[in-house]
Formats: sequence, structure tokens, C-alpha cells
Amino acid sequence: MTTVERALDSPAAVEVQRSFPPPWLRRAGSWLLNIYAGLALVYLFIPIAVVVAFSFNAENTNFNFTWDGFTFANWTHPFADQGLVDAFVLSLEIAAIATAIAVVLGGLIALALTRYRFRGSGFVNLFLVLPLTTPEIVLGASLASLFIAKTYPSPVPDSRGFAAVLIAHVMFCVSFVALTVKARLRGFDWTLEDAAMDLGAGPVRTFTKVTFPLMIPGILAAALLSFALSLDDFIITQFNSGDQTTFPIYIYGAAQRAIPPQIQVLSSMILIVSVGILVTGTFFGRRKERAATS
Amino acid sequence: MADETVIGIEHVTKRFGGFVAVEAADFAIQRGEFFSMLGPSGCGKTTTLRMIAGFEQPTSGRITLEGKDVSRVPPYKRNVNTVFQHYALFPHMNVFDNVSFGPRSRKVARGEISKRVTELLEIVRLADFANRKPGQLSGGQQQRVALARALVNYPSALLLDEPLGALDLKLRQAMQLELKRIQREVGITFVYVTHDQEEALTMSDRIAVMNDGHVEQIGTPEEIYHAPVSVFVAGFIGVANLLPVTVDSVHGSSATVTLPGETHSPAIVSGPSIAAGQPATLMLRPERVRLSAEEPSGSGARLTTKIMQLTFQGPVVRTDLRAADGTEIVAHIGPEDHLPAARPGDDIWLTWDDDAARVLPLADIKVGGEAYEIQEMGQVHFARSDA
Repeated sequence: MTTVERALDSPAAVEVQRSFPPPWLRRAGSWLLNIYAGLALVYLFIPIAVVVAFSFNAENTNFNFTWDGFTFANWTHPFADQGLVDAFVLSLEIAAIATAIAVVLGGLIALALTRYRFRGSGFVNLFLVLPLTTPEIVLGASLASLFIAKTYPSPVPDSRGFAAVLIAHVMFCVSFVALTVKARLRGFDWTLEDAAMDLGAGPVRTFTKVTFPLMIPGILAAALLSFALSLDDFIITQFNSGDQTTFPIYIYGAAQRAIPPQIQVLSSMILIVSVGILVTGTFFGRRKERAATS
Repeated sequence: MADETVIGIEHVTKRFGGFVAVEAADFAIQRGEFFSMLGPSGCGKTTTLRMIAGFEQPTSGRITLEGKDVSRVPPYKRNVNTVFQHYALFPHMNVFDNVSFGPRSRKVARGEISKRVTELLEIVRLADFANRKPGQLSGGQQQRVALARALVNYPSALLLDEPLGALDLKLRQAMQLELKRIQREVGITFVYVTHDQEEALTMSDRIAVMNDGHVEQIGTPEEIYHAPVSVFVAGFIGVANLLPVTVDSVHGSSATVTLPGETHSPAIVSGPSIAAGQPATLMLRPERVRLSAEEPSGSGARLTTKIMQLTFQGPVVRTDLRAADGTEIVAHIGPEDHLPAARPGDDIWLTWDDDAARVLPLADIKVGGEAYEIQEMGQVHFARSDA
């Protein structure tokens, strides 16, 4: 350490330190960077801020577009609009079921793709990416024609509705789950499984006590992503929902006639829940890290 | 040591597709011994260990454990445990849970488990670390947790797959002695895989030297060092001077050979298929040769050489010599050998005792499919041949 300091004190080192960039430029640069970063954040957060702000709007018109004064009324009656509540509950229901199915299927696909080498794994990888790269409008329209098609055996001629939406959501959620879990499993130390078996644990115990617990962070991340994607999907759902009205479809419909402030209230709630999950996740992650390094 | 077989490797061959990883391995590991499998990477030592553990099944032949054929028994039903190269500690469990994983899987009673775990953590000197996670331990400590975890089931044999490879030199040497201490303390058979000949010599009761899927030689460290049966073993263990010779005559275990320069030397027959009139290889360990400035009296073996280089290495002076025909020879000259005042370029006589020379079959060996090339006497080089 002392030798380094002495080296810096030497005239040559001081010369180098002073040459470039000059201090005023450095200060200006850091100011510019701060301003730029601030603007970027503002750009990202203005829409969210507007949603939250307008959830407190005492609106007089059908459209919650103009600021008419502050009120808590919307928050005290968040479920005033029955149609909105029904749509919201339906969306939560679909998101929960679709996520549960997608996590099981996607998790197993990810496990198979990372754990084993098998014929056709390249094709499986390709098929996983397809739903993500295909435009949603194409997927939605294709699925709709599948569900309406008269040629396939179905008790009802038009099978669009709850089950159809669920199947559609599971389809694209499986891809997201599989890819997310797969990314987390890359670098997984498979000799841990050997070690468990070596110590006398059969395949089931090895999975439940070693492999699965270590997959949980990846699975949780995938589940959150899947839930969020299902909750806000509009295009694919619109094509296949039949007589079912999900939250995004309700909002789209409502926007034609009137926008009740409860939409902003429920959206803000979703926001609060997401941010809450994010913050606790980060907090626990940090604490774990600190515990591991101390 | 009672002559009682714990692990039997009986005519075991293992193929992966067209690649033969282990060919016709046939040996027995005795109860309580520290047995090493030594060889370069790709020689089949780890595959053999994995077959004993149950992670691989032999293509042909069988593996016995305590006299029972376990060739097709899955790892979790075999009473052997492994210390893995990178420890493979469960990162989400603390030290206690890692060590107790084995007995819990085997449904050992709760009270017995904590008794055993405590005992093992004492043996590896980690009693105060039971609540730590593996990520909070140093490499050496993780190593000892892996050891305790593998010993807690009281296995018939402990399998160790290059367990010291990830540690630095100082720690590795300390752990070598530690391993030996623990092995004596628990009295369990250790089967140790390594590519480090020094490690194998330091710790083992017996060593199996493997090369290209074959077991070249099995013996005590002394036997392997002093009486190697092949050029590969001679070159792999320690430093060996290997001289091309012609066998004059063979009488039982003693032979006479013709050295380059038409001088003759008695030698002990060390390997198989040594016959009069055939070319062979003479091995001389660098510490078993002497130098003298004047022509030695008597009719003993000798060679005229030129000094190429003198290197002070602490306990010995390494002397690089070149014989008249160009073969290079290394001699280690200790203080008791009275190194004559010599300088590079000087001519000097090389002599040795009759029992210092071993005659081995001609080098006809391959390592992992790559041809061996003996470029410089004294060391065996791994060289890729284009042929």
C-alpha cells in the first residue's frame, strides 16, 4: 500500500493524474450523467405515476381523463363496479391456474433439457422459443380458428371460453417458465445429485431434498413472470375468450364508453403488490448474500 | 492388515460407445488399506471409481463388495461413499444437515444420527462449524465436511476422486497427512484416485498405476518406485533415466545389457518379456548414479558423458549429462556424493551399482490415444504424434 501511495506522490504520477480529464469536465460529466439518468427514470415512471394519481381523481365525467380534485372515494369503494370486479377475479383465477400448470410443465421441460442429452432436444428448444417470437396476433388468430374449427370432435361447435383462454395462456407461459428455469439451471452442479444418491438417497428423495430446493428461486421467478404475463394478456385472450371477460378485455371495452376510476385503483393495487414482491425478494436475496459472505 | 478383500474388480471392461475407458481390470482391494489409483487424465481411474460407487455399470466383468456382486446395484444401495472432486456439498444445507444427510436417508434413528454427526465433526475438527453453510467455509474446511459426510454412514470403503485437486499446495500437503491420520483413526478402506504421483506415494499402502484403460502395475510405493514393470510406470513415478539397450543374456532375474557406446552393465529384470538379443530399456533413477572425473577402476558399469548443466536445487545438485550417442541423463548429486569440481562442457564418468539398473521392456506405450515420445532421457513427454 505504501509503495503505491509513494508512486502516486511522485511528480510523474501527479502529472498523469492531472492531464485528462480536467476536474471541471469530470464534474460536468457526472452532472450530465445524473440528469440523463433522471430523465430516463421520469420517462419510465410517468405513466405509472399518472395511473396512481388518477386513482385519487374526483372525476365528474365518464372518462377519468381530466383532473377534478383529490378524493379517497375511489379507494374506499374499489369494488364499486361489479363488472370490473368480476373481470379482475376471472383474470386472477386464469393467471393462477395457468401459472400452476405452466410451472409444472415448464419446470420439467427445463430439467429435461439441462439434465439430459436426448435426440430432438434441439427441436424442443426451437419450439419453446416459437411462442415468444410469433406475433401475438398470429397466435391469437390461429388458436381461435382451432377452437372454432368444426372439423375436430367437440361437444360444442365453438369451444372458445374459459378453457380455451386457459389452454392458450398455459401455452405461452410454459415457454417463459421453461426458458427462465433453464437459464437458472445452467451452471447447476449435477454432481450434487450423485452425492445424494451416493449417500443413500433414492431418486425421489434426491429430487425432493436436493434438486428441487435448489430450483426454487428459478421456479419462483418463472412463476411471477408467468402470472404477470397471463394477467395482462389482451390480444390472445381477446381472440379466444368467447363470452368470458378478463380484466384487460373489460378495460378495453370500458374505454369505449367510460373509464371508471376503479380501473386505476385496481391497477395501482397490482402495482403495489408487484413492487412489494420485488422489494421483499431483493431484501431476502441481499440478506442471504450477506449471510453467505460474512 | 488381514488379507481380506473388500472390493473385487473382476475382469472389468467399460466401453463408452467405441471408446474403451477401462480394459480387463482385475484386482482386489483389501480391508483397511489406503489404495490409490494413479495415472494421467483419461487413463480410466475415475471411471473405475465411478463403477465402484455405482454411477457407471461395467460393460463386462463384475464388481464385488464384501463378497457380493454389486455390478448392477444402484449407488444408493451400496455401502460405499464418495468424496467428490469439487466436494459437492449441498449449498442449501448447513454443515450438520450435510453430514446427517446420509444417515437420514438410510433411516437411522434420530438420536444415533446426532451422535454420529458429532463424532465425525470431531474427527475432522469442525465441531464448532455445524451451523455454517458450505459457502461460509474455506476450501480446506469444505473438504473436511465432505469427508465427514462420506464417513458418517460407516461405509465398507471410502472413495476419493482427486479430492485435493482444488486446494493450493500448502493446504494440499497438510490435507495429505490429515487424510492419512483420519484413515488410521477410522480404519476404513480408502480408495483414492489421483494423477499426482507424489500424493500417491505419500499416502498409499498400495498403488495401481493405470494408463490408457489398463492397470500397468499394482504394488507398494517402494515396489512401484524401485521396480517398475514398464517404461510408463518408470517415467510416471519420479524421474527416470531411460536408456536404449540390447539384452546380452538373461539368468532368472538378472541380466546383462549392452549400453550405447558398447559398454556392458548388469541389470535386474524388472518387467515381463525380456529376452537375450532383444532391444530393451534400461532404467536408472537419478539419485542412484555417481559421477567421477577419473575413469573408475574395476569392471563395473560405466558411461562416458559430458556435463551440460549444473542446477543447485537445495538438497541435491541436478546434473544434466549427455552420453556420446546423444542420450540425455539426469543425475541428482547429494552432498555425500562429493561432486567433483566440474563445469559444463567437462567430460565425466557415470557409474552405478549393479542393483541400481533395471531392465524394462521396450517403450511401446500410448497415453489416451496419443503416442508417447521420449524426447529427453529423464523425463517422459506427452507428445502428439501426427502419424
